[in-house]
Amino acid sequence: MKQQIVQNVGELPTYGFGPRSGPWWGAMSFMALEGMGFAIAVGAYLYLYAVNPTWPIGASPPDLWPGSVETTLYLLSIIPNQYTNRVARRHNLRKVRVCLIIMSLIGIVLLVLRGFEFAHLNTRWDNSAYGSVVWLILSLHTTHLATDLGDTIVLTVLMFTSHAKPRRFSDVTDNVFYWNFVVLAWLPLYILLDWVPRL
Amino acid sequence: MDPHALQSADILRTFVVFLVVAAIVWIAVVVVLAAGLLRRPSPSQHALALDPPFENRAGQVVLGLGIATIIIVLALSVVSYAGQRSVFAKDPNALTLKITGHQWWWEVLYEADSPHLSFVTANEIRIPIEQPVRVQLESADVIHSFWVPSLTGKMDLITGQQNEIQFTAKTAGIYRGQCAEFCGLQHAHMAFSVIALPQDEFRRWREHENQSAGSPVDPLAKQGEDLFRARGCALCHTVRGTLAGGQLGPDLTHIGSRTTIAAGTLPLNSATLGAWLADPQHIKPGNLMPQMPLQSDELIAIHHYLEQLK
Amino acid sequence: MTLVTQHKELRDDVLDGLQLSTRLDRIWRTPSGLIGALTSVDHKVIGRRYILTAFVFLFLGGALALLMRVQLAGAEKHVLSADLYNQVFTMHGSTMMFLFAVPVMEAFAVYLVPLMVGTRNIAFPRLNAFSYWMFLFGGCFLWISFIFNVGPDVGWFAYVPLSNLQFTPSKRADVWAQMITFTEVAALAVAVEIVVTVFKLRAPGMTLDRIPIFVWSMLVTSFLVMFAMPSIMIASTSLILDRLVNTHFFDPAAGGHVLLWQHLFWFFGHPEVYIIFLPATGMASMILATFARRPVIGYPVIVLSLIATGFLSFGLWVHHMFVTGLPQLGAALFTANSMLIAVPSGLQIFCWLATLWDGRPVYRTPLLFVLGFIVVFVIGGLSGVMVASVPIDTQVHDTYFVVAHFHYVLIGGAVFPLIGAVYYWFPKISGRMLSERLGRWNFWLAFVGFNVAFFPMHFLGLMGMPRRVYTYIPDMGWDRLNLLSSCGAALFAVSFILLIANVVVSARRGALAGDNPWDASTLEWATTSPPPSYNFDRIPAVDHRDPLWSDTESIRVVAGLSAERREVLLTSLAEADPQVREASPEPSIWPLLTALATTVFFIGSIFTPWAVLWGTPPMAVALIGWFWPTGSREDEE
Repeated sequence: MKQQIVQNVGELPTYGFGPRSGPWWGAMSFMALEGMGFAIAVGAYLYLYAVNPTWPIGASPPDLWPGSVETTLYLLSIIPNQYTNRVARRHNLRKVRVCLIIMSLIGIVLLVLRGFEFAHLNTRWDNSAYGSVVWLILSLHTTHLATDLGDTIVLTVLMFTSHAKPRRFSDVTDNVFYWNFVVLAWLPLYILLDWVPRL
Repeated sequence: MDPHALQSADILRTFVVFLVVAAIVWIAVVVVLAAGLLRRPSPSQHALALDPPFENRAGQVVLGLGIATIIIVLALSVVSYAGQRSVFAKDPNALTLKITGHQWWWEVLYEADSPHLSFVTANEIRIPIEQPVRVQLESADVIHSFWVPSLTGKMDLITGQQNEIQFTAKTAGIYRGQCAEFCGLQHAHMAFSVIALPQDEFRRWREHENQSAGSPVDPLAKQGEDLFRARGCALCHTVRGTLAGGQLGPDLTHIGSRTTIAAGTLPLNSATLGAWLADPQHIKPGNLMPQMPLQSDELIAIHHYLEQLK
Repeated sequence: MTLVTQHKELRDDVLDGLQLSTRLDRIWRTPSGLIGALTSVDHKVIGRRYILTAFVFLFLGGALALLMRVQLAGAEKHVLSADLYNQVFTMHGSTMMFLFAVPVMEAFAVYLVPLMVGTRNIAFPRLNAFSYWMFLFGGCFLWISFIFNVGPDVGWFAYVPLSNLQFTPSKRADVWAQMITFTEVAALAVAVEIVVTVFKLRAPGMTLDRIPIFVWSMLVTSFLVMFAMPSIMIASTSLILDRLVNTHFFDPAAGGHVLLWQHLFWFFGHPEVYIIFLPATGMASMILATFARRPVIGYPVIVLSLIATGFLSFGLWVHHMFVTGLPQLGAALFTANSMLIAVPSGLQIFCWLATLWDGRPVYRTPLLFVLGFIVVFVIGGLSGVMVASVPIDTQVHDTYFVVAHFHYVLIGGAVFPLIGAVYYWFPKISGRMLSERLGRWNFWLAFVGFNVAFFPMHFLGLMGMPRRVYTYIPDMGWDRLNLLSSCGAALFAVSFILLIANVVVSARRGALAGDNPWDASTLEWATTSPPPSYNFDRIPAVDHRDPLWSDTESIRVVAGLSAERREVLLTSLAEADPQVREASPEPSIWPLLTALATTVFFIGSIFTPWAVLWGTPPMAVALIGWFWPTGSREDEE
């Protein structure tokens, strides 16, 4: 068939930020399905909560401090995270490097805090259905925290190598985006795990 | 579906309404499809040479049919709910039975206000006609489902939960029931029978069934009773009125009067009972009753003992 | 490196014809040989493999079905033992649902969607390769376990407590649960790829109302996958945890609940039916338009119906649990909701009937299968309305009536259009036509065989025959209808043998297809058959829903993409305006390595919880290898 060129797209950029880029939509899709995973886990928790006359079962509620400290840190981390977003969009390599290091450190601290949170749940996964579902939900979120931390660290290293090409700034903003999801997913879980047993 | 109870008759009525509607819809679809295919096509050549008034009309027809579908579906929902209400209606004056599902047999408890009028039997349920029967359902292991098609629909026996179902038999007869939820190896051989009796006959049966087993009179049966205990049968089976009090297997107090054996696997007669005692694993592989190491004369004695437990 | 970036990049606007296609082929071609096969990220290569593998599982699952039909052909037969039968029916259901029906629809999407939207590769091609390997390894894991007598025997639904450690102490239930994890990972990956491909990789000008209906159906399906499958993954994970590390999700003695399993399972399990059915309706719409020689009537109605079906499908799961003792009024609401889903399905059927009414049907094999689909599927849909009613369901639930019902829906509603799709798109995929004569035999045998096999099951169910029984006693009077059904199954099986024969023979000796053998209207027919590695030498620009019908002389294209490295054109979500020329990944071995590492992790973790610890580092290494830039062409600016 004869071709008829109606437009030349040669001047378009080779990467974009946010909804203009493919990976952003990929991240968005994964957040959607992972968010659904959290929702289902929360649903399972509430179901067990509804069918059991006592809650928590055979345990006292989790100690409040690890979760609360985490929550505070999560909320505060949004500030450097958004700043990372801004400097990445401005292609400021030096500042992006600093920001990524800070975000990696925050992730490591949160991971350590998460260890304390497990230790202070006051139940084990094999104690009762309550213990099982609490451990499941916390592990599910920890997996996200750990994966995002791994991603951030790899990206940090990448930005110090010759691969720190302009398109990597788009990857940095996607990483920022995903971190916001990790924070956002945590907030309902914090209320669920730390406060619902106290109702 | 061969209804012999209020509930199964209600279900059948609902089913027939749905069936008629479904048949009409299907025939209409096929007729329209055939007519559309047989229609002389317009001579238009190009795929995109469409006739806007026709397209509009077609769109309206499609939407009209969509609305008709909504109306039919809502009407059927109402019919369904009406059927549901009558099938699940509760009568507080019902005769209460408690059935516990086991892999792969049914334990039946006839409850009465005083404990000495309550008794346990297995795999065979006798009920009076013209009287509501409430069956409480529980499971001792995995999920089973209680289903007697001629009487009513099914209800699951769920671990850690008590369910309930009610039905009122209209005609006397023997109705077969079967487990309807996959429950493992011998799910296929987990049946039971419901024997609906006229009310006075039921009362007589109940009085008889409530009694313990009498002491055997003839020597062979006496020997069988001793062997029943000595050879380990009594570890799993109860025969009320004797020292046999095992809880793992079906109660055998009146086994001789039942119609089937091995949870509806075989009709009960002398031959099948003998075959079952000799090698239960051959008849129903995987069931919990082991093949007992019995001499043939011991087998004969136990066989005779069980047969006279009427 | 710097040298290359400095010179002016060669673009497809300065090249033409053979010069352009040679250059494009050099950059997009999958390397030959074993390495090429293991590293390929071409959606067509992977799509072909995916389709082929799914069909192999169809034939395996079908062989199991025949075994069951032989066993049930008479009362108290001993062809299969109870133990083997229980494995066989579990394997049949699991294989058909998880290894055939869902993957085959996604497989067709992997092959067709990028072509239909006019792009050069699927979004996230490496994820696509990974998805295929996970699917393959998961399927092989299940079947190898079966061969070694560790095949699951707890039903494709694996209800607790039967599937917990106490009642299934062997590894059989673990195999089932982990196979779920494999296939769900694979399915979720494809769903994400399809969503992003449809959102961002559409040809310029392909606005939302110009998207081919099959693509719409796959978009909706992908969302269903994304929102339904997490539920089964949580469920299967909880089951494994209960079995492996002594958690108590489903243990009533420690506060767990056995119905929680059923809720989680069916919250996935019901949308699953539409995950299988919606793509098939998309295929039917495409085939119908081509062979009725006019666009399908009611495009917006069909698209909205697909979306409505998607939403409604999440509100029906409880109708699988009507006999578990739920509150009556709640159950009645699910009845109404379940019946309402008949409305969007009905609307689609009305649109097709109207299209045929006005069209000038050309009776080729693909159309025959679509007509058969309409006749058969309507029966399944209507019996579905019946089982949605609580009182009727209490009687027919878990009987052969339901077996008949869902085979009418799944075979009638999905396999018929799918076989039609094989006949329809085989020329595009292979470059050759399937034999029309064999095709007709294939159709009529399938149609007659299917109905003879499954229609009697309605009666068997009404006569009281429960599902999942390895045998039945002679007094029941079920033997004759069962024998009839088994004969039908044999006939149905023959139709599939004809299909295989047709494919094998035609792949070598079929008539050459040419670009557009059916004179169809969508973009996949605008390129050669089979399509070149780069799909289109210039990206098409669309200004009509049926671009190949609106202009039969020429095709509008855009120019300016690189002719030196893999590049795809990203367009805006709604209007499909060109936005970005994005690099597309080169072939890579890392998806395969990641899949292998994940396989070790998954299989290890049914034997020891420590596999989670020692299984993670290899996965992390593989993932870093996957995402680490190679410094080659894709990384340059």
